[in-house]
Amino acid sequence: MIDLLWLVIALPLGGAAFLHFFGRYVREPLSGWLASAAIGTAFFIAAIAAVPFFQGEAEPSTIPIWEWMPALGANFELLWDPLAALMTLVVTGVGTLIHVFAIGYMHGDERFHRFFTNLNLFAASMLTLVLAGNYAMLFLGWELVGLCSYLLIGFWHTRPTAAAAAKKAFVVNRIGDLGFMIGLMVVFATFSTFSYSGIFERAGEELTGGLATAIGLLFLVGAAGKSAQIPLYVWLPDAMEGPTPVSALIHAATMVTAGVYVIARSAPIYEFTPFASTVVASVGALTAIWAASIALAQRDIKKVLAYSTISQLGFMFLAVGATAYVAGIFHLMTHAFFKALLFLGAGSVIHAMSDEQDMHRMGGLFRKMPVTAVTMAIGALALAGIPPLAGFWSKDEILAADFARGGWFYFLWIIGLITALLTAFYITRLWVLVFLGEPRWEEKAHPHESPRVMTLPLIALAALSFVGGLVNTPFRLTLEHFLEPSFEGVHIQHATDDWLTLAILAGLSILAAAAGAGAGYLAYRRPPERWRRFEDSFEPLWGTWEQAYGVDDLYGLTLVTPGRRLAEAAAFSFDAGVVDGAVNGVGRVVRGMGDWIRPLQTGFVRNYGVLFLAGAVVVVAWLVAGGS
Amino acid sequence: MLTALVLLPVVAAIVVMLVPGGRREVHLPLGIALSIFPLALAGYLFWVFEPAAGFQYVDRVTWYEPWGIDWHLGVDGISLPMVVLTTLLVPIALAASTSIDRRIKEFVVYTLFLEAGLIGAFLSLDLFLFFVFFEAMLIPMYFIIGIWGSERRIYAAMKFLIYTAFGSALMLAAIIGLALTHVDQTGSASFALSDLAALDLSVGAERLFFAAFAIAFAIKVPLFPFHTWLPDAHVEAPTAGSVLLAAVLLKLGTYGLLRFNMALFPEASVDAIPIMAILAVIGIIYGAVVAIVQPDLKKLVAYSSVSHLGFIVLGTFALTSGGLQGAVIQNVNHGLTTGALFLLVGMIYDRRHTKKIADFGGLQKTVPLLAGFFLFMTFASIGLPGLNGFIGEFLVLMGSFPALPSLTVIAALGVVLAAIYLLWAYERVFTGVPDKDENKALSDLSAREIALLAPLAALIVVIGIYPGLLLDKITPSTEAVIDHVVEQTDFVVPEPGRIADVHVAGDEG
Repeated sequence: MIDLLWLVIALPLGGAAFLHFFGRYVREPLSGWLASAAIGTAFFIAAIAAVPFFQGEAEPSTIPIWEWMPALGANFELLWDPLAALMTLVVTGVGTLIHVFAIGYMHGDERFHRFFTNLNLFAASMLTLVLAGNYAMLFLGWELVGLCSYLLIGFWHTRPTAAAAAKKAFVVNRIGDLGFMIGLMVVFATFSTFSYSGIFERAGEELTGGLATAIGLLFLVGAAGKSAQIPLYVWLPDAMEGPTPVSALIHAATMVTAGVYVIARSAPIYEFTPFASTVVASVGALTAIWAASIALAQRDIKKVLAYSTISQLGFMFLAVGATAYVAGIFHLMTHAFFKALLFLGAGSVIHAMSDEQDMHRMGGLFRKMPVTAVTMAIGALALAGIPPLAGFWSKDEILAADFARGGWFYFLWIIGLITALLTAFYITRLWVLVFLGEPRWEEKAHPHESPRVMTLPLIALAALSFVGGLVNTPFRLTLEHFLEPSFEGVHIQHATDDWLTLAILAGLSILAAAAGAGAGYLAYRRPPERWRRFEDSFEPLWGTWEQAYGVDDLYGLTLVTPGRRLAEAAAFSFDAGVVDGAVNGVGRVVRGMGDWIRPLQTGFVRNYGVLFLAGAVVVVAWLVAGGS
Repeated sequence: MLTALVLLPVVAAIVVMLVPGGRREVHLPLGIALSIFPLALAGYLFWVFEPAAGFQYVDRVTWYEPWGIDWHLGVDGISLPMVVLTTLLVPIALAASTSIDRRIKEFVVYTLFLEAGLIGAFLSLDLFLFFVFFEAMLIPMYFIIGIWGSERRIYAAMKFLIYTAFGSALMLAAIIGLALTHVDQTGSASFALSDLAALDLSVGAERLFFAAFAIAFAIKVPLFPFHTWLPDAHVEAPTAGSVLLAAVLLKLGTYGLLRFNMALFPEASVDAIPIMAILAVIGIIYGAVVAIVQPDLKKLVAYSSVSHLGFIVLGTFALTSGGLQGAVIQNVNHGLTTGALFLLVGMIYDRRHTKKIADFGGLQKTVPLLAGFFLFMTFASIGLPGLNGFIGEFLVLMGSFPALPSLTVIAALGVVLAAIYLLWAYERVFTGVPDKDENKALSDLSAREIALLAPLAALIVVIGIYPGLLLDKITPSTEAVIDHVVEQTDFVVPEPGRIADVHVAGDEG
């Protein structure tokens, strides 16, 4: 099956190519089903190819495809190992469900087939990223997912806010990419290759004198861009301008986890730089609590989920920074399930409410759309970390690993615990505001349950969110053993073996989750006046959170505006005035000569002769001066 | 074969001239049809070219014996891609010129002469011959801008001519100086590149000659601060002029630096690495920053050229395998993408008769195909992996870093800036709701226009995913340049594996 692995990328790519050129001849639902079939088939191929890893008997293998940039040792080659396999299964599995959901969600859009073209292209790009056998090819996927993100955020291109958000996402990501690219320069200058195996084998001997730290920190810059960490997270909330399936697939389940994946993939480099790892974990922890606090006060249902995603990605950074790679990847997987579910659920609600996203104008939707409500409840509980749902196991493993690491990580553990409490609160708030209480929408809104094509993916994701955590519990470390070949020779941080400590830590996590969820329920179960007053009692903090700490304004004031001023000064004062002014000054002298040659279109040969003569004069002068 | 390649466009021009005037609908199609022949021959040349064989298909005929001037043509992996690019873009540029409504015959003739001059310049192995071609092509270009340009065409054409002629004068002086030195040292006259490269120059003379050549080429590239003729020329030139100017003419500068400065003055080239690299990086950043706020779409693309060509010069003077390969392939890549962008700007102009960004908005709604092509070319220009621009930039950056780490890191900023100026322009021109009446009733691309853009788009993808197509031809020749420099000087190629900042630190002397 490994020989057919290239099909995993080729199928969605082919789907995208087909729909790009012939999509407009394919009727509406069919193009969506074609795209879904392409990625669904990719899932099955990947699943079959991954069987040997489940049996624990296969070695990672590299599959060359063709030469790309031989001077850099950068070729198209796939690496098939458990980590790549797990990522592939998540991307294609969750991806297929979201494709199917989108068939219902995008119904009636005049560019329906274009949407699925881009969605399939995204899948192919993301799979290139995770299946790449070297950093150059990873970077190819890395940039292509950025392109697809740009195209899909700005899908409704007539909305100026969507277009601006798309550009912002791409540019901010490019800033991260700059760091990543400089990291690649250092890697190449050090190892003369981009191939994982070539680099990791020699990491120990080559990475001396701060090189590992440099690479580790530069990769972190790239990862912070793609995975929306401080200070580069500002593009992700805006990215919610894209259609909701896009938010679910790209901006929650898959693309934004690429930063986590890169750090996990580069574990053999981080092995030599505990400092960079600690920075990764600290950035993650800070981002987690920062974004969670913003999520508390958002009114837009998608904005809550966006900040929640940033916060949860922070948890994953907290894990991989503590070298708890398995826990990080585990949380990446469970998060893909429950966050995709929450986003799709939100999409179902928005769809039902005729594009309403303000939770203040929702309420009481449980009876109108029970499937969405129940599945979202499962997603919310999973995110909150209530056992035995998926999020509990992965989040608890991260916190336990950080606790076991000790030192500075005790502090990060406390931040993580507080964040867990905030998380449970804001997601409960969201669910209660949307589904319980009195309806706050106008009668003519007519909310309704979504069609089967949308609810079935919700049910599937709810099932995964329910049981997905059981693949790695302290009682049975299936995922850990599965991923072992990918982290051979790398130190992995584990939770303590001491069952009592473990139980106390788990108890604390559960307590935090229950407290947050309980408080959220009690606060928002009440009539609107009461919870409004509750929110007001937190002023001015609440307003600060609602304004997301004003970071966008701060960036605008300190970076964007001065940047534009600088560019204007360079273009209109310096370039047009000084540089071109000097040229024209010289030109005016020459113009004396030019005035003769004004009747251009008649006396060309003579004019040219004059110039030639002028050249010759310079030559003679030069030679006289003894140039040779 | 190479002589035929130079003469085919001349013959074509003569044929067009001989067809009686006044029949507008005849001359343009005829010119396009005839310009297919050079393309076919260049394509054949690309096919039969032997990468390892150095200069090949050499035609050498004595032209003026007493001065040792020869008609001396040859092709290697550095000139081959440029020749193919030239012959490819001429038919496209001509076919994009249907909106030219006066003196079309002359226009076709000038364009074909320009093609001959360009091919000749890329193939010349005799410095005098090179100079003749280098100068000769100014004439048609001057007229193309001056006659078929927009309002300030005379100013732009004059500026272009005078600026370039100034550089040429310096170069001519240096060429004559070299020839006289040759007479001094061997007793016989020669302008052959190989003969002059073998001269034993004093340090002072070599630097002086290097400077003269470098200034001539720096104006052509253009390198900061010699760039201000370019935006004017582009804004005023008709579409075909802009396409050929950006895609091919500018490349004479980067090509010249690589072919002549490196071969003739290796010692001075090595000494000049810091200066040239710094100017290149200034160009990358400065061109991009200035591009961001340009109100005119065409001017924006022109400044983007200043930025992109900086990468080529940086890669050239990094003098590593990756740097040089990147520089040569980027010559082609920039030609394809920027050529296409100028075509698209021309197509927009044909519809709206304006190039001001503020006059547009929401065009994706009215002309989705045009918008799609524009976005595609935008991403090629930004350096999206999978498309051609990435290959050149990545090779240049990765190749330059071991030699010039700090400058390369600064240069990489250009990658971020490119995303800003191009995507912001795209946002303002194409997204949103078309709110101006003039923008509501535009027609999308015609079949002819698609036929012009599609081959460029296809090449952009092919080079992006299989650059070996070009790199296999290029590499032996770029390695030969490095070998030459290493033989002639005590230069040590900064190979990856050890980061050395020796050249920035400055080992003058």
